[in-house]
Amino acid sequence: MRSARVRLRRLPLHIAAGLTIAVCLFPVYWMVTTAFKPNRDIQSDTPQLLPQTWTLDHFRTAVHADGFGLFWRNSILVTLGAVLLALVVALGAAFAVARMRWRGRRQFVLMVFIAQMAPWEALIIPVYIISRDTGMLDRLPTLTLIYFMMTLPFTIVVLRGFIAAIPPELEEAAQVDGCTRGGAFRHIAFPLLAPGLMATSLFGYITAWNEFTYANFLIIKHQDSRTLPVWLSSFQNVFGTDWGATMAASTLFALPALAVFLLLQRHVTSGFAAGAVKG
Amino acid sequence: MSTVRDRPAKRLPDARPVRRSARPAPGSPRTPGRAWPYLLVAPTVLGMLYLLVYPLARAVLISFQDFRLRQLIRGDAEFVGLRNYRTLLTDARFWEVVRRTFLFMAINVVLIMVLATLVALVIERLGRVGRTAVLSALVLAWAMPVLAATTVFQWLFHSEFGIVNWTLTSLGFESFDRYPWFAHGPAAFTILVVLIVWQSVPFAAVTLYSALTTVPTELYESARLDGASAPRIFRSVTFPTIRPIFMLVFSLEVIWTFKAFVQIWVMTNGGPGDATTILPVYAVQTALSSQRYDLGSAASMVTVALMAAVLVLYFRQMFRQEGEAL
Repeated sequence: MRSARVRLRRLPLHIAAGLTIAVCLFPVYWMVTTAFKPNRDIQSDTPQLLPQTWTLDHFRTAVHADGFGLFWRNSILVTLGAVLLALVVALGAAFAVARMRWRGRRQFVLMVFIAQMAPWEALIIPVYIISRDTGMLDRLPTLTLIYFMMTLPFTIVVLRGFIAAIPPELEEAAQVDGCTRGGAFRHIAFPLLAPGLMATSLFGYITAWNEFTYANFLIIKHQDSRTLPVWLSSFQNVFGTDWGATMAASTLFALPALAVFLLLQRHVTSGFAAGAVKG
Repeated sequence: MSTVRDRPAKRLPDARPVRRSARPAPGSPRTPGRAWPYLLVAPTVLGMLYLLVYPLARAVLISFQDFRLRQLIRGDAEFVGLRNYRTLLTDARFWEVVRRTFLFMAINVVLIMVLATLVALVIERLGRVGRTAVLSALVLAWAMPVLAATTVFQWLFHSEFGIVNWTLTSLGFESFDRYPWFAHGPAAFTILVVLIVWQSVPFAAVTLYSALTTVPTELYESARLDGASAPRIFRSVTFPTIRPIFMLVFSLEVIWTFKAFVQIWVMTNGGPGDATTILPVYAVQTALSSQRYDLGSAASMVTVALMAAVLVLYFRQMFRQEGEAL
């Protein structure tokens, strides 16, 4: 009797929870199922919640589209390059900020915080001109460097928090035992940093994987240097009005991000809440 | 690098004769080679100077020049003082865009903050299973790449085969039969708001939820003993505790929605007409489509100035939070 009343009182809560889940997931669900539907289901007057017959045709169309493999390769190269570069550079800076006392440290931290809010949308014209003048237009390293810079401040802020949380006594003890300062860091602090490295590289990965504006405006003549987001945005030219292929391409593009996020959900939520910054 | 190693070695010649490494002892007051921290931050500083400060300086420069396609090719731009800013600020269309930008931002941010707070409160009250389910759904929506989500929303709102039109028609709103969302200004504006709110709520909700978990339960209990109602508890207990993080998320969302570009560019290109043109879109349109790089840069700089005002708020918040940690 009592439990029934409690359940009734909690009903609005569960409706709200169900609604949140449905609203969050529906676009993702609709994208994936559309990708598997044959064309007659996609262009029917009554949309089907599930494909009547499942087909891989759209994935075939997407995969066989011109340059698909190349754009994947480009995206992966640019993303990996940017993330690795940001991790290495940020680790040094974060260590210096968290563990050392030096003149200009506060100013440096302030600069990092400001850089985190950099107005990238406003810099596209000068970056275009600078790249053109240095012969870096239409080249993947340009994108790598820009994505590196976009993710660097966040990476420093988060890693600094993680390093500061590791008691320096641990490393000092190792140093007393004969480790060098670098060795102590590598053997003691580095393993403890793993969750921080994971959270930040995930952030960098998402930023670089997603980035569209610079990829769109800096890669102009040399189509072979395009990345997946740009390719996806031009789907209407690539596939005509083939929505099945478009959704298949979107699914393939989104899948790595969705999978990684879901796998690392716990680190994601705690790591991001710690940094409290998206981009 | 070698100079760094030499200096402490000279300073402490006999201090640790056994150690091969020239690096000094930890915690020794005169500390490690003074250059070390500077070497460690040097790549960051150089990167920022070349990739951030230098482009920004160039943008400022261009905004004071006569810089069109000819100057882009030949590179003989002349300074024209404040002419670009004067052109911009006396243009009625520009002010219309500024007004629309603030409207767009306000609608988005209010919706995001209200919905995210509600979702966070729901998550907090759920059991373990329900909580994991909602958090997973939020993370999935959050992980959806911006461009994939934008493409999917175009499909959801497709005039002929879109499920939104089908649902609305089935519910009896016959006027939505084949309704061309992207042909009507307010409709296209609405879709972009829905898209951006859908993309932004997960981050805000997850962050606010993690803030909620820090509210001490004793406070709730004593408030309840005093007979406080749920809204009263939220106003007097919950909100004051999460206020720092709430304000942080709030300022971030202001900045992010102010900078919204990709969704608009890909979905509507600022159209139909000007209906979805906000400042970043206006700047890129002016610069790259009409080849008025000078006016585009000036528009970007006005955007940056407006955002700097928001940034001041953000930093005040940030420093209050960071406190002595800096």
